[in-house]
Amino acid sequence: MGSPGDAGGAVAESNRGVRPEANGQRDRSGLAVSLHQPGPIPLAADFHCEAGELLALVGPSGSGKTTLLRAIAGLYRPAGGVIRCAGETWFDAAAGRSLRPQQRRVGLVFQDYALFPHLTARGNVMVALDHLPAAERRLAAEQWLARVRLDGLADRHPAALSGGQRQRVALARALARNPRVLLLDEPFSAVDQVTRRRLQRELALLRDEIRIPIVLVTHDLDEAAALADRLCVLHAGRSLQQAPAEELFRWPASPAVARLLDRHNVFAGRVADDSSGRWLQWGPWRLEVTHGLERLSPGQRVSWYLPPSDVVLHRRGRPSRGERENPVQGRVVEMAVLGGITFVALAFDHCDDTLRFELPTHAARRNGLAQGERVSVSLLAAGIHLMPGARPVDDEPVDIDLPDIKPVDLSDR
Amino acid sequence: MDWTALSVSLRLSALTCLLLLPVGLWLGRALALSRFRGRALCEALVALPLVMPPTVLGFYLMQAFGVQAPFGAFWQSLTGGGLNFTFTGILLASLVANLPFAVQPIQRAFETIPPNLREAAWCSGLSASQTLWRIELPLVWPGLVSALALTFAHTLGEFGVILMVGGAIDGETRTLAIAIYDRVQAFDESGAAVMSAMLLLVSFLTIGVVYGLAGRRRWRRG
Repeated sequence: MGSPGDAGGAVAESNRGVRPEANGQRDRSGLAVSLHQPGPIPLAADFHCEAGELLALVGPSGSGKTTLLRAIAGLYRPAGGVIRCAGETWFDAAAGRSLRPQQRRVGLVFQDYALFPHLTARGNVMVALDHLPAAERRLAAEQWLARVRLDGLADRHPAALSGGQRQRVALARALARNPRVLLLDEPFSAVDQVTRRRLQRELALLRDEIRIPIVLVTHDLDEAAALADRLCVLHAGRSLQQAPAEELFRWPASPAVARLLDRHNVFAGRVADDSSGRWLQWGPWRLEVTHGLERLSPGQRVSWYLPPSDVVLHRRGRPSRGERENPVQGRVVEMAVLGGITFVALAFDHCDDTLRFELPTHAARRNGLAQGERVSVSLLAAGIHLMPGARPVDDEPVDIDLPDIKPVDLSDR
Repeated sequence: MDWTALSVSLRLSALTCLLLLPVGLWLGRALALSRFRGRALCEALVALPLVMPPTVLGFYLMQAFGVQAPFGAFWQSLTGGGLNFTFTGILLASLVANLPFAVQPIQRAFETIPPNLREAAWCSGLSASQTLWRIELPLVWPGLVSALALTFAHTLGEFGVILMVGGAIDGETRTLAIAIYDRVQAFDESGAAVMSAMLLLVSFLTIGVVYGLAGRRRWRRG
């Protein structure tokens, strides 16, 4: 994706482009999933994951993440769809084909690890080594344990291991079978913060060694963004968008995706034009937009999103860079100081939504930001992302028929 | 001391355990894992011998074992003999009376296995039968042992059902519990006391051995 202006089209393309892959026309060593069913758990998910790639399925609880993972593993059989992996069809509802979990060669790390409590760490890994001659299994299990840095703990039962150690045993067991795909179901949710960071770092290192698709289910966006090459956003069983984290956070495909990704600053506006050009009408303000307006027709209602990083606070009494660009005035309704960063929310008279941005706490102090103060900010034209295909978040505010008010630059006041 | 009665009792208990073990495993596992129509009815039927007075259960079994009844007639056509007042008769009666003791502990044990352990076994490549042998059975072992202990001890002490179906034929259907009753009826209280002490000892030893076995697992649930 080259520019934000391409975002809408490219996003739609990336979503459209999945189905052919599900039919096995792309990378034959990758995983292609296309599952559809009306109920009892609604599914409309299409995604793919190349060998060596880490795809994170993100979404709130109940969004179908774990169901999709179980379907890939063969533990859940949806009504319709296709799952292909490494050039082999694992599931094809139309053809009545569904391989058993044993035939799929899937490495699955369960959320609670599902270790066999009556077996030692070594015994747990040996269960997955039946494909080796009996004499080699013990040594192979110990090698796998060493690989996840558990040497010396092979004789311990799961109850005698810490949360992080159990997770490593589960990972060793999942990898011991030389799986064709590694599935991780919220693998870091049951350990403390310090252990989680360490395990995440180890997973990042491990990725370089195993060239198979890795699918990570998580509700932790930071974790997904840090670990995954791409994120697939799910809601109610539906895959809404898949793209690298940076791209998703900057150019969400719809207000729904933005909301699921915990992005604020989604507003409703209207495309307007006159002889001087085309702009985005947002309440009383006409906003310049660098990309995307040319594809829209005048009068069209759109949702638009602006990353907090593209909101620039005007300094009182001193002109600063960019303040001629889309200046708007709002009232500070929320100020939260979290360490060195202050989170600010501005309210506007013409709509209920607030504009959120953050700035260094010292800058907030220097500018005398306080609750109830009126401030002026610039909304950077290059950062405004239009979501034309989506229903505007809120129709009402844009219905106010405002004359063409020239934006007032209050920064010099 | 009526050694013949003791031998009948031990034989009956051992055979009841042996025959009920596979039934208890199959039925207990099915009731724990499967969701089928009529499951509640099935569970109620299994538990029925627990709440029925033994004489009532014995009465119905005696009726069913009679050659006029379909089951009794079927049995006779199959084997040429009747069931009432025979060792086979009291063994069948004992199997019915002990069904809840064999099934329920095993069912509870299967219910405590988290479903994802089975799934983890499948994903590790184990077939359904390998999963049963290598994962499920070791985990339900305590339930299995307690089912066996309960069945054995209960059969050893069973009185009403055995008396109704088998009477008290020496060497055939007179168990130790019935022999004790006979001695009391004959005012031989010292004989009854010796046999009661023996029954107490055997029951205690049985329970001790099986609970010792069940307690030998070194792992604890994490």
